[in-house]
Amino acid sequence: MSYATFKGGVHPFDGKDMSKDKPVTEYLPKGEMVYPLSQHIGAPAKAVVAPGDEVLAGQIIGEASGFVSANVVSSVSGRVKAIEPRMLVTGVISDSIIVENDGEYKTVEGLGTPRDYTQMTKEEIREAIKAAGIVGMGGAGFPTHVKLTPKDDGAIDYVIVNGAECEPYLTSDYRMMLEEPERIVTGLKVILSLFERARGVIAIEENKPEAIKRLTEVVQGEERIEVRPLRTKYPQGAERNLIYAVSGRKLNSKKLPADMGCVVSNTDTVISVGMAVCEQTPLMRRVVTVTGDAIADPRNFSVKTGTNYAELVEAAGGYVCEPEKVIAGGPMMGNALTTLDVPVTKTSSALLALGKDAVAEFEPSACIHCGRCVRVCPSGLVPQKMRESCERYDLDLFEKLYGMECYECGSCTYACPAKLPLTQSFKQARKAVAERRRQAAQAAK
Amino acid sequence: MNGLLNVSSSPHARSHVTTKNLMLDVALALLPATVFGVYRFGLYALCIMVVSVGFAVLTEYVFETCTKRKVTVSDGSAIVTGLLIGLNMPSTVPLWIPMLGSIFAILVVKQLFGGIGQNFMNPAMAARCFLLISFAGRMTTFDVDGVSSATPLTALKAGETVDVAAMFTGFITGTIGEVSVIAILAGGIYLLIKGVIRWTIPVIYLGSFLVFIMLFGGHGLDMYYLSAQLCGGGLMLGAWFMATDYVTCPITERGRVIYAVLLGILTGIFRLWGSSAGGVSYALILGNLLVPLIEKVTVPKAFGLEGKA
Repeated sequence: MSYATFKGGVHPFDGKDMSKDKPVTEYLPKGEMVYPLSQHIGAPAKAVVAPGDEVLAGQIIGEASGFVSANVVSSVSGRVKAIEPRMLVTGVISDSIIVENDGEYKTVEGLGTPRDYTQMTKEEIREAIKAAGIVGMGGAGFPTHVKLTPKDDGAIDYVIVNGAECEPYLTSDYRMMLEEPERIVTGLKVILSLFERARGVIAIEENKPEAIKRLTEVVQGEERIEVRPLRTKYPQGAERNLIYAVSGRKLNSKKLPADMGCVVSNTDTVISVGMAVCEQTPLMRRVVTVTGDAIADPRNFSVKTGTNYAELVEAAGGYVCEPEKVIAGGPMMGNALTTLDVPVTKTSSALLALGKDAVAEFEPSACIHCGRCVRVCPSGLVPQKMRESCERYDLDLFEKLYGMECYECGSCTYACPAKLPLTQSFKQARKAVAERRRQAAQAAK
Repeated sequence: MNGLLNVSSSPHARSHVTTKNLMLDVALALLPATVFGVYRFGLYALCIMVVSVGFAVLTEYVFETCTKRKVTVSDGSAIVTGLLIGLNMPSTVPLWIPMLGSIFAILVVKQLFGGIGQNFMNPAMAARCFLLISFAGRMTTFDVDGVSSATPLTALKAGETVDVAAMFTGFITGTIGEVSVIAILAGGIYLLIKGVIRWTIPVIYLGSFLVFIMLFGGHGLDMYYLSAQLCGGGLMLGAWFMATDYVTCPITERGRVIYAVLLGILTGIFRLWGSSAGGVSYALILGNLLVPLIEKVTVPKAFGLEGKA
């Protein structure tokens, strides 16, 4: 059987065997909790607590400061120690609320109380999602209530749950599909109740047959929901490729999924939506895979947001060898860490500790024009030419070569036999072009 | 933890394919043709190969050392160039000819234009054309066991009959590496299986050449004539090993199709109406020169922007 997919892509070593059979266990934090006010796309949240305040688990401590922004919720009970700048996994410094965990996990009133979403209006559902501080947990961190509020609800005909998990080593979504498929389906049904005309599609790469089987069982009898296996290929889970594989529609950088009638949400995000609406539980935890050949006991943890990354390494048995590189996220799009003293946020999916750094292993050499980058690019670009434009810092040419359509998946860099840092130069060029456009727009005003 | 962590921008994974692996695969794929050439033409053919490879590598080494550049001999590309030059030699040329060819290919065509990846022509093909023009007599004298005879293509042009089966196996006259179609195909298939090359260029090149010969060769669909044209001269070696040269073929998929069709037509023209023996070589060189232009007009529209201005 041939599965739906996209043109291009690569097959990096997937490393999922290390952690895919490890059930999700809850990890309770030991140290102080750090809640960055900017852990989503959009305006940073505004702190609504002050140092010295007592907070409860589930309490909003940072309030969304605009439409595209998200609440920040405390995941523990305790006392606010400080509000100060802290570094995130991206290296960005964000004002953060520091909470001293009292270890009692006293919750706000009503947390966990069941609620019937069918008795709620669309506005109430959206408000509940917004209040819960839910953002895209696959990595982008786009506020979910914004995504679920398109211009026209009736124009949405696909709600896609992204269970592709194409990023190597990651198994957090996989475990949740196996362990809590009902919650995924509940979350999906909540979202479907917002879009009367939409079908729900749970898209999973075919290298996860167990997950496909479990979810297929759970959606038995659900008329509006189906499970769709996809071909295993990186970056199958990237929004544009996923939408194409499921619906045949082609999205470019100027369009939002909603413009094409699609809403795409990551597995953990959908679970969080269900929990926010049906269990009155805001986003305070996420599943994190702690893995890599340098980790003694690779595991999947349900982690309270705000937990320090260094604790997770300890919880997974520490290191078996000195890691050369530690990555927050997967090896294709994750961030290399300079320090483990960073907090788990809503978008943290993994901690990957590698004993050997493949990047340092190879010295970049001259491009031999082999065309592998062209073949693997899921956006149909010519990375080799884009690189030439970057080297000359010719941003006009970069734009003409559709450089802004690159979404930095890293496939070209992975495939390059000359080991050239293609994606890296595109990131810089894309930032420069975006900045130039911003300035031009300002000048025009 | 005492050690510092490596930090770099994503992606953090790299495939196992390296320039060196690719070049070694090409060299390996040329082995059947090389071995057959030595078997067919004797140890002197081996001497030619050794000289051409040796001087290609030596030239690269000396140039890069003298100009204080990073020595790239270990990437294997000079070995491939040297091999291809050797395979394009008649089996009786004096040794200074492959020597001169290798120096010209590496020094003038490759290094002076910036080294690996920067040459605008296939160095081996450029060297062959240079030698063909400069030493036409020596480059087109084909002896086997001391007996000079015409190549099948020359015979075919003169209206004589040729033995197509012998052309396929390689028991004919010609340059060291071009005679055995089956040995070249074995190498080509190896490259296809290893994913070093794709079928697009060789298949379309050979296909468009055949169509051209059918239309203008004056023999229509005569299978004997067509297969003689297909197996003759440097076409097979050119289609599988030179036209697929990464550096000098277009990088875009559509560009590769255009390039291959162009090569087929040019080869046809040179074969049917040209007077020189190096039809394939000249077609390739001309094709190489058009590559930047072809690439310029074949940059594909990005995903999601197709059909838009």
